[in-house]
Amino acid sequence: MNAQLVNEISIFVLAVFLGFEVISKVPTILHTPLMSGSNAIHGVILVGAMVIMSEATGPLQIGVAFVAVILATINMVGGYVVTDRMLEMFKSRNPRGGARS
Amino acid sequence: MHLAPYIVLLYLLAAVLFIVGLHQLSSPKHARSGNLVAALGALIAVGTTIDLLHHSTLDLVLLVVAIIIGAPVGAVAARAVKMTAMPQMVASFNGVGGGAAALVAIVEFLRVPNHSSPSLVLSISVVFAVVIGAISFAGSAIAYTKLQELMRGTPITYPGQQPVNGAVAAAIVVLGVLVVVGTLSSLGLWLLLLLALVLGVAFVLPIGGADMPVVISLLNAFTGLAVAGDGFVVGNPVLIVGGTLVGASGTFLTKMMSDAMGRSLGNLLFGAFGKIQVSEAAGPGGAKSVRSGSADDIGTLLAYSQRVIIVPGYGLAVAQAQHVARELADALEKRGVTVDYAIHPVAGRMPGHMNVLLAEANVPYEQLKDMDEINDAFKTADVALVVGANDVVNPAARNSPGSPIYGMPILNADEAHNIVFMKRSMRPGFAGIDNELLYDPKTIMLFGDAKDSLTKLVAAVKAA
Repeated sequence: MNAQLVNEISIFVLAVFLGFEVISKVPTILHTPLMSGSNAIHGVILVGAMVIMSEATGPLQIGVAFVAVILATINMVGGYVVTDRMLEMFKSRNPRGGARS
Repeated sequence: MHLAPYIVLLYLLAAVLFIVGLHQLSSPKHARSGNLVAALGALIAVGTTIDLLHHSTLDLVLLVVAIIIGAPVGAVAARAVKMTAMPQMVASFNGVGGGAAALVAIVEFLRVPNHSSPSLVLSISVVFAVVIGAISFAGSAIAYTKLQELMRGTPITYPGQQPVNGAVAAAIVVLGVLVVVGTLSSLGLWLLLLLALVLGVAFVLPIGGADMPVVISLLNAFTGLAVAGDGFVVGNPVLIVGGTLVGASGTFLTKMMSDAMGRSLGNLLFGAFGKIQVSEAAGPGGAKSVRSGSADDIGTLLAYSQRVIIVPGYGLAVAQAQHVARELADALEKRGVTVDYAIHPVAGRMPGHMNVLLAEANVPYEQLKDMDEINDAFKTADVALVVGANDVVNPAARNSPGSPIYGMPILNADEAHNIVFMKRSMRPGFAGIDNELLYDPKTIMLFGDAKDSLTKLVAAVKAA
């Protein structure tokens, strides 16, 4: 086992615990926006697709990587935009405000 | 891949922004800025990666072209989608993410030279990312077609379904092991991709449309895990952190969502829906009478009530009737009637759907009552006005153990003195089951599009 792998495993394990802890007690109204927001976050797969694209050789690899970049971009861009649209709806109520019970 | 220190630090910054964003997304006040914070993190991650690429012109051109194709597709789709279609939009974005994760792993596997064998870590994470990513892709596609009503939303079952699905899953495991130990080369991987796609379809088919938001949330967690797998495949820390965060928080969120429906996740995914067809056929069918009323009658009833509770559902969203609903509430309040809205946690097609719609119509926040808050008030309400909701007031959830929604907490609309049901037809709700409340002697039906009916009611109340 090399040092890089050990690092990666450490990062992974810590991120698992962080993921469970970072969202606690979410009100029902935010379930869908939260799902949508985290859906956008995994759009970071674009990073992987970019790396693959630059390393691919031959038509098959390049073709598959090309499709991967398109799909990943849709996930990332669409994900954040659609989440923002959902949350946009909440702003109008802030002036009348009041804490949610 | 060896990464320069400044790249690792920039990735760390991106990861921190993901964490902060995710945290803010779970509180109503900061949710919107949380999304923007996470988006900034994504931008930094992508920008940093540009510096990491081998600069060959062809690759760079293709990369830019692919992004130029993808970005507007995502943005336009996200902008154009109607509020009612939001859940299936999320499903499709999740699906393409899962697809991308599977493809990234495949390319990396293909890059291993023919005569050398890939390292164990590489092949395990490739197999993992391909399988999970492909299940997420295919499952999301089915969720999309069900919610978009391109396919019937009711559970699709056939004899021997569970064993067949089990066999496909077992085949995936065997094939996966063979690929990992190196008996099979890239051909095995393509076969694995195919089987995982089949499993994704087969897994979602038997799940009813009403449960789709929970399934989408689960598949969202799947995609996160696939992305984390790719992080190991290409040796990139930001993929590991981003993907794992989504995988873990998504699993947690999925559990919260199924809890809100009063169901266990296992029951929702594999259980109850297989059995309903039987118990429903045996249940009360045949001719039962319903009472329907005119808008004028019902308007008068409402106008002379003390307390009216509006129960909004998907029908309200479809008819875009939230503004008229508010007009009706205003007209009633002018006459001194107390009006509240009873919001079931899963009313509509996604949790929070109704809150969003009614907020858009500027319904005062204090009038939106959670289920626990309002349920005792139905006893004292003169009228429960059910606008396009169905399953969330179905007493079968309390009374008939054979029903697929048995055990789901419901709004006690049946305890009101009168129940007014606004529906387009006698068609059952999204869960595909009959509602005995429709036949209750206290119930009056008002057939028609929710918006038209509400408009008529407003006029009737004003005239009363």
